Amino acid sequence: MSTAPLLRRPFLRRQALPGRGLALGVTLMWLGGFILIPLAALALRPWEKGLPAIWEVLTEPRVLAGFRLSFGASALAALIAAPLGLLLAWVITRYRFPGRRSLDALIDLPFALPTAVAGLAMTAIFANNGWVGSLLEGWFGWKIAFTPAGVVVALVFVSLPFIARTVEPVLRDLPREAEEAAATLGATRLQTIRRVVLPALLPALITGFGLGFARAVGEYGSVIFIAGNMPMVSEILPLLIVVKLEQFDYAGAAAIGLAMLLAAFLILLALNLLQHGLRRGRP
Amino acid sequence: MREATRDPTWLSAGLIGLAVLIALVVLVLPLAAVFTEALRRGWEPAWEAITDPDAISAMYLTLLVAAIAVPVNTIGGIAGAWAVARCDFPGRRLLVTLIELPFSVSPVISGLVYVLLFGAQGYFGPWLQAHDIQILFALPGLVLATIFVTFPFVARTLIPLMQEQGQAEEEAALTLGANTAQILWHVTLPKIRWALLAGILLCNARAMGEFGAVAVVSGHIRGETNTMPLHVEILYNEYQFVGAFAVAALLALLGLVTLGAKTALELLSRQRMGGHA
Amino acid sequence: MSVRIAGVSRRFSGQAALDDVSLEVATGEFAALLGPSGSGKTTLLRVLAGLDFPDDGRIEIAGTDMARVPARERQVGVVFQHYALFRHMSVAENVAFGLKVRPRARRPDSAEINRRVRELLELVQIPELAARFPDQCSGGQRQRIALARALAIEPRLLLLDEPFAALDAVVRKEVRRWVRGLHDRLGITTILVTHDQEEALELADRVAVLERGRLAQFAAPATLLAEPATAFVAGFIGEACAIPARILHGRLDSPIPGLSTPAGWHDGAVRLFLRPHELLAEAGDGPALVRMIHPSLGAATRVVLELDGHTLEATVPPGAAVPERGGRAAIRASGAIAFAEDGMRARLVAGNLPAHASAP
Repeated sequence: MSTAPLLRRPFLRRQALPGRGLALGVTLMWLGGFILIPLAALALRPWEKGLPAIWEVLTEPRVLAGFRLSFGASALAALIAAPLGLLLAWVITRYRFPGRRSLDALIDLPFALPTAVAGLAMTAIFANNGWVGSLLEGWFGWKIAFTPAGVVVALVFVSLPFIARTVEPVLRDLPREAEEAAATLGATRLQTIRRVVLPALLPALITGFGLGFARAVGEYGSVIFIAGNMPMVSEILPLLIVVKLEQFDYAGAAAIGLAMLLAAFLILLALNLLQHGLRRGRP
Repeated sequence: MREATRDPTWLSAGLIGLAVLIALVVLVLPLAAVFTEALRRGWEPAWEAITDPDAISAMYLTLLVAAIAVPVNTIGGIAGAWAVARCDFPGRRLLVTLIELPFSVSPVISGLVYVLLFGAQGYFGPWLQAHDIQILFALPGLVLATIFVTFPFVARTLIPLMQEQGQAEEEAALTLGANTAQILWHVTLPKIRWALLAGILLCNARAMGEFGAVAVVSGHIRGETNTMPLHVEILYNEYQFVGAFAVAALLALLGLVTLGAKTALELLSRQRMGGHA
Repeated sequence: MSVRIAGVSRRFSGQAALDDVSLEVATGEFAALLGPSGSGKTTLLRVLAGLDFPDDGRIEIAGTDMARVPARERQVGVVFQHYALFRHMSVAENVAFGLKVRPRARRPDSAEINRRVRELLELVQIPELAARFPDQCSGGQRQRIALARALAIEPRLLLLDEPFAALDAVVRKEVRRWVRGLHDRLGITTILVTHDQEEALELADRVAVLERGRLAQFAAPATLLAEPATAFVAGFIGEACAIPARILHGRLDSPIPGLSTPAGWHDGAVRLFLRPHELLAEAGDGPALVRMIHPSLGAATRVVLELDGHTLEATVPPGAAVPERGGRAAIRASGAIAFAEDGMRARLVAGNLPAHASAP
């Protein structure tokens, strides 16, 4: 067996099911070769010109504007998608109605639809001659496509399924007894939902928000068509990485990429801590 | 539904109506727009755009990239899931986190990391140039970026399932004298086949539809390093809207078929589960 | 084949699931591993099957050390707790699995495999289920399939892990007797893991009682009942009430009168274990309060008593006056087992004669 040399190491206990050495070997090669080594390049590259150079790249007005747009629009989009995702999850778990299964399947559409297609479609709808864009412009004078608002719209589409799919299983497993108990204690249905159901869903909602937000920050394909990509106004961070690469500024591109990853990681960590706090706060 | 937790009719009907409306506006409308725009001038221009030699070569390249990337991630995913769910070693949680890592990395960064490695000024760039090996702006680069982006799909579908199923059947096979290959082929794979298929489908859909990562490493060489999503962008930037939307419609169909197949697979596996006492 | 377990220990993250367990099972014997959950019985079974490995100690099957023999070469048949049948294979394919996975040189041809499968299914009395799938079979049938599958590899040792736990009470009794009958016909050394003492006492030639990873006693059922080696065994096997008492100035000071004092015991706390038939109750002005009465036909009437905050089960001897619920009862003991804190054990008899003391 290929596990034989591993067995002698004290931290690997002998195990009966075979294939550990093979499975671990294949997994580590796969993970190391395709993910870890490339990411190590990302972590190393920015430092070659020193910290001041990184600082210089990250404080370029155009990059700062990119940070503001990418993180701001992603947060806003996830905030908008949260109630929408909650509503979709609520409806497909709590009610029986014709077309429920189609609605259920449809929620995954943003997962399955290529991002470029989604971007193209959003642009077509929200352009000033599109189905929705013409109405909004006619009624309110709003412009969506080729503005930061377009970025938010595309990111809502992208983050929606993350929220719905994270809340859904929790909603499904929520014990009915708690709601029934609330009802017997004289709470109205709305009071029950507000005081019993929503607090129980909050951790899942935060997780879903985090996942949707993280995905939105990195999103590229569905945004660049609708954003218009005007410097300082509607340029997202991933696009700035592409711009830097086109100028052969590898270190700059890597600096932006690394900063983006770290910032997203820190925000996810904060959300995680918040969620832990919420869990612990409840009995 | 029991009385005490039944929502008033006005509320449930209202919520259902609202949810359907949202789904129509946010999810269905974009899809409808793609097909409408593609067929704006009838079938003929759309068909021409799809059968254009550049489009055909983009399709071929897309299929080729997926045909390499998906098996790599399938084999890696099965090995990873086996390691996490069937093996005992310190650091299993860390391994799961690392396997899922690519999902939280921007597609553009997924392409960028390979440029940093293999680009002209990348770590291995000079060596590759000296040996006349082309990775970036060629098939290997496209494949690598696609593998990165679709990396977790198969493993992520299998890990929770295999953990839930437990390993009693594998152990039974072991006591009956089966070897590693026999256990994998006769016991484990049949147990996970529907989930595996669903994972492969999702992996494939993403592999064929990936845009950002591939855009970074492709170099947009028409007829050579253009995948279908990239071809859509080129046509769009050249104001060939019908063509862009026609190719996009083809990709949307791929997404729809994947979605349908995935739903069918879920129903199928749920029925199998239900039959088990 | 004989099985020898010598000084086997297994720790899970510092906690001992098996602690220096030694026992020997003779060829053809039916042994049971009995203990509450967490006592290590399943761990010991997994170690025997080669699905887990001891940190210390040896396992020998038919005189061969198993340390380097992997599970798939041990020829140990296992019936798993939930049977672990292959759901995607028919019943016949399940049973044939162990034959089909043999290396080509030792693999019977397909006609021979089919014949053996038919034979095994007849042996477990379900030949009509061959083409079905496990999900289409009842719990009792699945158990038979699992047994046939384990028997297909001609095991030298058969391990049964709580095989009756998933069956309902009526089927369980019937299947139990059938399994014992099958064992007597085939003569395969069998080890049963169970938490159900009735099952272990009825089925096994000898029962190993495990307590928190340690072997408390390995003996025939009658011996376990009559001569429990430790206080744990006395309390765990059979029905018994535990009463704290003490030795004071060389005499037994017990809330229940009528027992002899163990000879040679020092002053100190002791625990008495009384079976219901050893505690006799009678209506009358006694110290015990009658809580419940189990009327019965033929057998003696059982009563539940309360004495100094302890709940006791007692028997009303034939001819004696049955007390009323809520009334008082006189009690006396006709025998008991006493354990001192240092592990000394004595069988106490009625009267004030000194009993013979023995070390555990």
